[in-house]
Amino acid sequence: MYRFWSIFIARNKEYYRDRASFGWNIVFPFLIIFGFALLFQKGGQQPYKVAVLISNDNEIHSMIQKQVCAHALFTCIPYSDKTLAIDKLNHHKLDIVIKNSPLPLNYWINTSSPKGVLSEGLLTRGCTPKKELNQRLIRQTIESNPIYYIEWLFPGIICMGMMFSALFGVGYSIVRYRQNGVLKRLKATPLTSFEFLCAQIVSRLLMIVTTNTILFTGCSFLLGFQCKGSYIHLLIFFSMGTISVISLGLIVAARIQTEELANGLLNLITWPMMFLSEVWFSIEGAPEWIHNVACCLPLSHVTHGLRRILNDGAHLSELSIEMLYLSLMTFVFLSVGSYMFKWTRDS
Amino acid sequence: MRFKGFNPSLKKISKVKTGKLTVQNLVKIYGTVRAVDDISFSIQSGICFGLLGPNGAGKTTTIEMIEGITAPTSGNILYNGAPRNRDFWEQIGVQFQSTELLAFLTVRESIETFKHLYRNQVNLDQLIRLCSLEDIQHRENRKISGGQKQRLMLAIALANDPDLIFLDEPTTGLDPQSRRHLWDIVNDIKKRGKTIVLTTHYMDEAQILCDEIIIVDQGKIIAQGPPDELITQQCVGQIIRLPYDHFSKKVRQLFDSDQRFTWCMDSTNKHVLIQTQAINDCIEILLQHQTDLSRLTIRPHNLEDLFLQLTGKALRK
Repeated sequence: MYRFWSIFIARNKEYYRDRASFGWNIVFPFLIIFGFALLFQKGGQQPYKVAVLISNDNEIHSMIQKQVCAHALFTCIPYSDKTLAIDKLNHHKLDIVIKNSPLPLNYWINTSSPKGVLSEGLLTRGCTPKKELNQRLIRQTIESNPIYYIEWLFPGIICMGMMFSALFGVGYSIVRYRQNGVLKRLKATPLTSFEFLCAQIVSRLLMIVTTNTILFTGCSFLLGFQCKGSYIHLLIFFSMGTISVISLGLIVAARIQTEELANGLLNLITWPMMFLSEVWFSIEGAPEWIHNVACCLPLSHVTHGLRRILNDGAHLSELSIEMLYLSLMTFVFLSVGSYMFKWTRDS
Repeated sequence: MRFKGFNPSLKKISKVKTGKLTVQNLVKIYGTVRAVDDISFSIQSGICFGLLGPNGAGKTTTIEMIEGITAPTSGNILYNGAPRNRDFWEQIGVQFQSTELLAFLTVRESIETFKHLYRNQVNLDQLIRLCSLEDIQHRENRKISGGQKQRLMLAIALANDPDLIFLDEPTTGLDPQSRRHLWDIVNDIKKRGKTIVLTTHYMDEAQILCDEIIIVDQGKIIAQGPPDELITQQCVGQIIRLPYDHFSKKVRQLFDSDQRFTWCMDSTNKHVLIQTQAINDCIEILLQHQTDLSRLTIRPHNLEDLFLQLTGKALRK
């Protein structure tokens, strides 16, 4: 235990004394969350961009003002140069271009742009008389408190920050230690690989939990985020998830001898994991195999569980499947990582 | 450089017997290269044992197999007469040729970290004093000089008060003052009855510090014994050093035809080294041929001469 403790303390000192790295680990998630809060909070910028083609002195037609520009999801931008507007549409900088004239409305879309197609739907719905729509559609709204996109995104961003910190923080530093001989020096002591790896995991876990607690507290005060579930459950579940992702990093770090290769491999893991784990967007409706791949990624379970606790107030007992998956993955990753672990570089 | 008359049959003085550390038929093969080729030796308790050899001779591979860093292809390593177990790492101290430490820890914290990896721990302040680290003990590792780092690595090697200490080229890259400082510390450790295994390619260092040496070349032991005895046995007479410009053709021919004298050029190719037991006769011949003796020097053989005789290689590549 005293050997574990010695390495654990040394690693912690090493981490918090590297002020630049420590500061960045706290500041970076703040910046992302504030950025997205600005973009997606109620009253923030609308997601669909509409160019209205006007002559030099013309104002936007009142019908377009009423039916399009007043829509909560559209931002109208006047353009006098049609060629320029079409070019921007082609490059996905605009979602739809409309002519500044009364009905029938002339518009252009880029059919390869999903946002363009969605904009078209919104536009045609806005231009269809309400009476006609009501005959065809029955609108119902959810009764529970709606979850804003930023509230849905917040757990994902926390998970993403945790993933980068866990994988790069442990994986990269162990490879660096192997490369510069720190591990070789430690091998010539009674320290076992299990003790060393445990010290790395616990040290990184402590760091990630600390920085994310600061992040969560800051966002609660500044942006009004609330945890609908128990904070204790949130901490336990987040810690389990973090240990699982750190353990995955240990597999990468087990044998690799250069930082360049470690960097490549870690990127190979982090990017697909970020997209398939629903950090940024849902994969609902994606092919079955994508769901199966996502199920094998620890971050999918962490993100899902965290959203359940934060957004829905779920109890730990409701997350038993996620916890089982995470425990199993941690066990497998740690076993493989410890088995493969090498102290020294190949001669 | 190789003098004529070297007798390889004289090279091995001590036989393998059980001691503090015994190495039996150690082999290490990397692909098709036999880096260490069936070497055996024994190290008695309380001595400084030197492992010498040119670059790539297999010194570091040998020492790392003993330390447990590298697995041998075959052979036995016995510590106190028995195979090594986990306790072995509790009782040894290691200073590697080049390793880094955690950059943001201070010198004192680094020693403390390693100290706590062992059951047996020395007094931290005493260790810091022994290795002359008092002035820099609160400085971070990334801010210390090469000489200070070597002293720190030595302090870490001593953190568990080890019985057996491995020092792998501890003075490589140090300035002369730092080297001598480190020798003083090593001598101090020796006085405490510790067993030291030292690898170096500085022959003066080995001659000053080591009680017994082995010289390794191409993975094999080519000489073994106390340095002075090896020198006495291998190198007869004295060395006369003379500028080549003062060494006339006539004298050269005389020396070539006389069995009592052997000569060669030194590593700079500017001086002649004449090996002989007949110093008076040699000087008399030189004087008879009006040789300018104003820059002549006479010295006994040293370990470097022995090494060069055995390996025929320059040391400080």
